[in-house]
Amino acid sequence: MNDNAKTPTGNPGAGGARTKGDVLLEVRGLKIDGESDEIWRPIVKGVDLSLKRGEVLGVIGESGAGKSTIGLAAMGYARPGCRISGGSVVFDGLDLVSASDEQRRKLRGSRIAYVAQSAAASFNPAHQLMPQTIEAELREGLRTKAEAEKDAVELYRRLRLPNPEEIGFRYPHQVSGGQLQRAMTAMAMTCRPDLIIFDEPTTALDVTTQVEVLAAIRDIVEQFHTAAIYITHDLAVVAQMADRIMVLRHGLEVEEAPTREMLSNPKQDYTKSLWSVRKLGKEEQPGGDAILQVKNVTAAYGNAVKVLNDVTVTVPRGRTVAVVGESGSGKSTLARVITGLLPPIAGEIVFDGKVLPRALKDRNPDILRRIQMIYQMPDTALNPRQTVYEVIGRPLEFYLGLTGAKKEARILELLKLIEMDEGHLDRLPGELSGGQKQRICIARALAAEPQLIICDEVTSALDQIVQEEILKLLLRLQRELNVSYLFITHDIATVRAISDEIVVMFQGQVVQQGPKTRVLSPPYPPYTELLLSSVPEMDPDWLSNLLAKRKAQPAAMQSQDR
Amino acid sequence: MTDSAHIPPQGSLVAAQAPSRRRGKASRLWRDLRKAPASAWFGLIVIAVYVFTSIFAPLLAPYSETELVGGAFDPWGGQFLLGTDQLGRDMLSRLIYGARNTVGIAFLTTMLSFVLGGALGLMAAISGGWIDQMLSRTVDVLMSIPQLIFALVLLSILGPSVLNLIVIMAVLDATRVFRLSRSVAQGVVVMDYVEAARLRGEKLPWIMRREILPNIMPPLVAEFGLRFCFVFLTISALSFLGLGIQPPTADWGSMVRDNAALITYGDITPLLPAGAIALLTVSVNFVVDWFLHKTSGLRE
Repeated sequence: MNDNAKTPTGNPGAGGARTKGDVLLEVRGLKIDGESDEIWRPIVKGVDLSLKRGEVLGVIGESGAGKSTIGLAAMGYARPGCRISGGSVVFDGLDLVSASDEQRRKLRGSRIAYVAQSAAASFNPAHQLMPQTIEAELREGLRTKAEAEKDAVELYRRLRLPNPEEIGFRYPHQVSGGQLQRAMTAMAMTCRPDLIIFDEPTTALDVTTQVEVLAAIRDIVEQFHTAAIYITHDLAVVAQMADRIMVLRHGLEVEEAPTREMLSNPKQDYTKSLWSVRKLGKEEQPGGDAILQVKNVTAAYGNAVKVLNDVTVTVPRGRTVAVVGESGSGKSTLARVITGLLPPIAGEIVFDGKVLPRALKDRNPDILRRIQMIYQMPDTALNPRQTVYEVIGRPLEFYLGLTGAKKEARILELLKLIEMDEGHLDRLPGELSGGQKQRICIARALAAEPQLIICDEVTSALDQIVQEEILKLLLRLQRELNVSYLFITHDIATVRAISDEIVVMFQGQVVQQGPKTRVLSPPYPPYTELLLSSVPEMDPDWLSNLLAKRKAQPAAMQSQDR
Repeated sequence: MTDSAHIPPQGSLVAAQAPSRRRGKASRLWRDLRKAPASAWFGLIVIAVYVFTSIFAPLLAPYSETELVGGAFDPWGGQFLLGTDQLGRDMLSRLIYGARNTVGIAFLTTMLSFVLGGALGLMAAISGGWIDQMLSRTVDVLMSIPQLIFALVLLSILGPSVLNLIVIMAVLDATRVFRLSRSVAQGVVVMDYVEAARLRGEKLPWIMRREILPNIMPPLVAEFGLRFCFVFLTISALSFLGLGIQPPTADWGSMVRDNAALITYGDITPLLPAGAIALLTVSVNFVVDWFLHKTSGLRE
């Protein structure tokens, strides 16, 4: 690997050739406190970590485990409202905790770089990609502008961005999310840093796009021999990327081991429970009569392009139909059409034997009551100023006319149904965990005593363990209440866990619909195959094998590189 | 397995502190008040004194606000604690009644402008489409005319009665409230919980009052404090120009104008009503600052 020849010679303190094996980052007894209500509470409670040059460390754990906080602390940075209260972070001989701001600033961008979860939120929308990519280099005076731009184009090419010569002159909103994430990786790479911290770089992306980004990141980290900390909550992803894996929980290290060893032989119970999540599965049951029929529906926003094109979907009573597809495939639009938020241009929706009025305002409360919806982000689906009591109580009052003691009794019943208790009644959403918030959303839907619940990516914002609990809860509720689900998701593991039937959508059209076992077994239509093969698996060789296979048949790759 | 295992540490501590059922709003308010900085306390006390004075003005004032009780421009001390004005009315009594008139009118005007501007702003944000366009363009037109001059013109056409003053000022001020509430509400309208309320079949007033209003209160309250000060100053300015609150009603703005000549002789009496205006303005801003700091969640 002679790429080092191209690195700028002015790299401060790089100390000549980089050799794999020296310790680059040494974190000892790191403690970080976070402030809320003017009280400091520990977030990270003494974590040790050491990283050698050229090594990739995967950090996994549920949200709130302190992953991102540790990632930032590796740069000697604490978010506002956080402080490093103990321990040391030694980067190449310099303790970043006690170093001056000036010293730390010199390192950041040039020797330590950071790739954030949402590239869309991290780029300045008012500037083109190129000036943002090379900003750190120019600031440090490592290269002239012309050289830096040439190098950036080279990086874009290596990251397999389309039109590497021109893409730098686009604005962030003119490229796709996956491309933007790669551009951000290029930005991190420009100074050829010793260490890059990736904070969930692919979490916001579709599986099909994720594969591209993962492959690009892995290649470039290997090519430039960069050490990396890769933070994620997705085990399968970390298995592809990391040499070693560290499992965190509640600000403490649970376990650390080389990737293959960790995957084949996890030691701690907590780690094992993380592994077991993916094994949840539901017996497929054949459907009975249809509760919902979407017949030849076509819909569009404004008079623009059709988002749904002649879509036909049937949901049997008391069963779960999963709608899968990447973002932009029209999954969520389908939900909006069914709920009446977006009246269709053509086609009709039959619910429980009757044709539904197209628009929301024409539907009577009883129809509204029977179709409920659960959202992807429980944070935005619950009004932050309403207590649990108000959130669950309102549909009871609105649809069923319950008040006073009757209402309260029913609320407590519902809370019990979702495995929560009256201690939560007065909580505001901000005082609940993500999983609890989603439970409250489920209770709100159940309060209306619906026949159909539309679940829009309800588990994708949650950690894997919480995901499993929510899915189990939904399955149990279906058994007990015989409610039907239309389950929108892009996660095949979730589909396996919950569905009876599957609808595969691509660019506003239904590619395939059928019972789970049939859709998930070969032969697949080409798009279904691409989608299924893009779902990361726990096997650490999965990405390499997949890329090798796709290279052999490049047609499938191009179909989705939009 | 229950979810409680996944509450982050701060969550469990909150749970431990929270009283079991139905936390009272009063206790929460008292807790916030105890933590309030000195400036906020100062502001609150001053505002309380003003409110007290304006409510109990007839009991506090030694004389009536209109009665001629002494000679023109009597000095301080003796029978008249703060002397008399150009007609021989007691200055202290007029100051006390002025609190009632000026502050009362300013408060009513601000309230009215917030009810009007806030309701229309929320409606525009929720409904969108042609309703939004129509309201917004109307507001643009109103705002394109300088406010003080517009008010002067309207007052001279309609006559400077207290009712006209309140309505005209409220409508002109509502334009700014409209813009603010519309723009902050637009950020809330797109949230899933508003969509959830719509899907439930909730009507416009419920969505406005229960789903959106509580979430946009902080900027609106801050704006209320500022707008109150501006309305207050504008009314004083109008009175100073002779089109605001009409004599013989005591008003701080016109009191400054009527006694301004005294400044030339080194008498600070005309500065008293001006000082009263300034003190209230500063106090309101102190309180608003504290409220903003408390609700914005900004650190450092």
